[in-house]
Amino acid sequence: MTTAHLTRAEARAAGFGGVAAIALVGLGIAVPVAALLVLGADTPPDFSVDAYLWRITRFTLWQAALSTALSILFAIPLARALARRPRFPGRIWILRLFAVPLGLPPLVAALGLLSVWGNNGFINRMLGEIFGTAPLSIYGLSGILIAHVFFNLPLAARLMLMGLERQPQEYWKNAAILGMGGWTVFRLIEWPAVARPAAGAAGLVFMLCVTSFTLVLILGGGPGATTLEVAIFQALRFDFDPPRAIWLAVIQIVLTSLALLLLRLIGGEDERSQLLAIGNDRLDATGRLGKSLDIVLIAAGAAFVFAPMAATLVSGLSADFSRLIFRPALWQAIATSLGIAASAAVLSILVALLLIRARFAAPDRPTAGKLAVDTLAGATGSLVLLVPPVVMGAGWFLLLRGGRSSMLAPLAIIVTINAMMALPFVMRVLETAYRAVLNRNGRLALSLGVTGWNRIRRVDLPALARPLRAALAFAMALSLGDLGAIALFGNEDLATLPWLLYQSMGSYRTTDAAGLALILGVLCVTLMIIADRSPAETRENRR
Amino acid sequence: MRFRTFFASLALPLAATVSLTSVAAQAAGKTLTVYTYESFIAEWGPGPLVKEAFEKECDCTLNWVGVEDGVALLNRVKLEGDSAEAGVVLGLDTNLVAEAKATGLFEPHDIDTAAVDVPGGFSDDTFVPFDYGYFAVVYDTQTIDTPPASLKELVEGDPAQKIVIEDPRTSTPGLGLLLWMKTVYGDGAADAWEKLNDRILTVTPGWSEAYGLFTNGEAPMVLSYTTSPAYHMVAEDSDRYQAASFSEGHYMQIEVAGILKTAPEKDLAREFMAFMTSPAFQDAIPTHNWMLPAAAIDMELPEAFDKLVVPETSLLFPPEDVADNRKAWIDEWIAAMSR
Repeated sequence: MTTAHLTRAEARAAGFGGVAAIALVGLGIAVPVAALLVLGADTPPDFSVDAYLWRITRFTLWQAALSTALSILFAIPLARALARRPRFPGRIWILRLFAVPLGLPPLVAALGLLSVWGNNGFINRMLGEIFGTAPLSIYGLSGILIAHVFFNLPLAARLMLMGLERQPQEYWKNAAILGMGGWTVFRLIEWPAVARPAAGAAGLVFMLCVTSFTLVLILGGGPGATTLEVAIFQALRFDFDPPRAIWLAVIQIVLTSLALLLLRLIGGEDERSQLLAIGNDRLDATGRLGKSLDIVLIAAGAAFVFAPMAATLVSGLSADFSRLIFRPALWQAIATSLGIAASAAVLSILVALLLIRARFAAPDRPTAGKLAVDTLAGATGSLVLLVPPVVMGAGWFLLLRGGRSSMLAPLAIIVTINAMMALPFVMRVLETAYRAVLNRNGRLALSLGVTGWNRIRRVDLPALARPLRAALAFAMALSLGDLGAIALFGNEDLATLPWLLYQSMGSYRTTDAAGLALILGVLCVTLMIIADRSPAETRENRR
Repeated sequence: MRFRTFFASLALPLAATVSLTSVAAQAAGKTLTVYTYESFIAEWGPGPLVKEAFEKECDCTLNWVGVEDGVALLNRVKLEGDSAEAGVVLGLDTNLVAEAKATGLFEPHDIDTAAVDVPGGFSDDTFVPFDYGYFAVVYDTQTIDTPPASLKELVEGDPAQKIVIEDPRTSTPGLGLLLWMKTVYGDGAADAWEKLNDRILTVTPGWSEAYGLFTNGEAPMVLSYTTSPAYHMVAEDSDRYQAASFSEGHYMQIEVAGILKTAPEKDLAREFMAFMTSPAFQDAIPTHNWMLPAAAIDMELPEAFDKLVVPETSLLFPPEDVADNRKAWIDEWIAAMSR
């Protein structure tokens, strides 16, 4: 059905671009892995699977599956309520703040969560006041699940909301005219719109939970709660056994791929409706009961996500900012963090656009080669998250040991690794939107003879301005909170905000660390404000 | 977003980052690069003071490169092999010494170590101690009146009173507690761990997480160092957090430095190692690294240091024993803790 949307030359170019992007990401992973295997191994590889490995593998998949199920289950009604209440007071701020957990280093998030749910947390202190009971302990699986839902519910809700808001205005209008009930609207309009982003979000959340490390250890309560990522880290760090680390990473990738494949099989079909006027005025959502329920859902979701953030804010405010802001190291760290984050985000978006265009062009005439490009492009866009950054970092480091004294090599490595980690997020934000744009403007562009470069520049990109900004902000927030890649290089000229934060934390300076966490959070919110700066104009258009 | 701006936005931040962070070429003369862990060279750490003092007498430039911690330090040396730019590696602990030697990347230091004075005496032809500390259970005096007086009391005490510990698979303090339990309980360590497990709130990946949970009030005890209370007394003027003295003795951590075979300026590296055992270096240790000096100091220690726990017995396994048994002991720990 896409034949009419791209010229043959464009389809060919898109295919080449996709192959190039896949090769780029593939090399970005294969080269460091090969380097580690060839240069870093002095012992024969240990491919054994013992009882311990078997147990942590089961635990990894089990906690990830539960976390994903809970995140998606709660995100669906929340996204629906947010979609039904486009004029909910403070809605835009709720959505902006929903992006903050993404940019918080796990340690900061854990401390925030514990201020609410911990033994000395808000809830336990309140229960203690009222009932005088011993604290309810969340350490164990429940703590892991709360933390993962905190991180992933907002992400999933945002992705699904985008799906709902892409539905044509006419659908809601007709639903209202026909007097459809809430359930009918959900079944006929909302679920089809939510199913695909839900499946996409589920895959993403599952991968994020599989690779979760710090949160699982802190909240898991003991070595009974250990993920594969911990074993990978241990193999590379304490045992310095790169082949073992890679073997564990391979297990992680293969098993997660299988799980994702399963998800794909039960996931929703692609909707490719001809989009009409897009808007989110919801003439159908007027019932009083439904309205109250929406408000309760939004309030509950917001409270769950914002309480730990509020705790972070409160402890951050106790920091001595008058001293903190005069530290030159702070400003340098902010500049470095933003520079790395922006570069990584832009690189990630470029690769994502190439992959998406290739996938769009692929089903043109489904030859084996094109199908392969389609599948590979899809896999590249998601599985890259499963490659442990510490493995990639170590490999690149090993390879570039000659060029270390220059700043550029480590910088490039950090940017590349962050860009790859952001790729699955960027893909999810952009893919459906880009397909919609190509579907909508494709024929028109062709009939006007606007093709190739001109079309990308004048038609596609301007129409994608909003999702592009959202993708940029998401990807930047993600790399802002990342410590993984930089810890390995240990170059104080490349100190980022999380690096500074961990440094303070590691030398008793907890209030400084809290202040830095607050700065990090504010940066994330600022990014989100910039990302959806345009709601005023879209609202104008709607009226 | 216009396309040109799109490309510009790729190039600009990268260029800006490079130019903002690049350091001007150092002045002429000899240069010594020292790899260490990052908290050593934080602006409040001993690094800046040591740099200033050493450069005053060496007519050279001292460059610090900081990585995450001691373990990351050894990994960096392994990853770089014979192409390291550093002359000296400072910040490995005794548990890593055997493994570090086995890499064959270090060479004998050949300096006079008469000034070095650590309990139990540590002497080695390759590594020289620069500071040391004792692991200890630090507790919150607002919650606990009578802290455990021995490791045995910790193991057998009230399970409702929790402690946060670090994971021996990912952190040095975690490994420290594992070895501590092993020195005291020997073959009975697994049973002791199983018992202690009831008191353990959670096991964190590193010291920062554990200490953060402790100061947030999640648990009244944490595995840290005897010197931790000194920080709170000196820097925060608070004696709320104190270390418990254990009758069996405390497990030690001795931090050492060594010279790399590939050091570009060997004499300068040796000069630095000798300087390390002098008061000019050691003075920076107590109130900047919050560890105990491994040689004489030439300064008045803050009063708080007189109040610290001084263990009667210092416990320490020979480095070779740790290297040989670490994997087996960690496996034993996992099994006992997962029961």
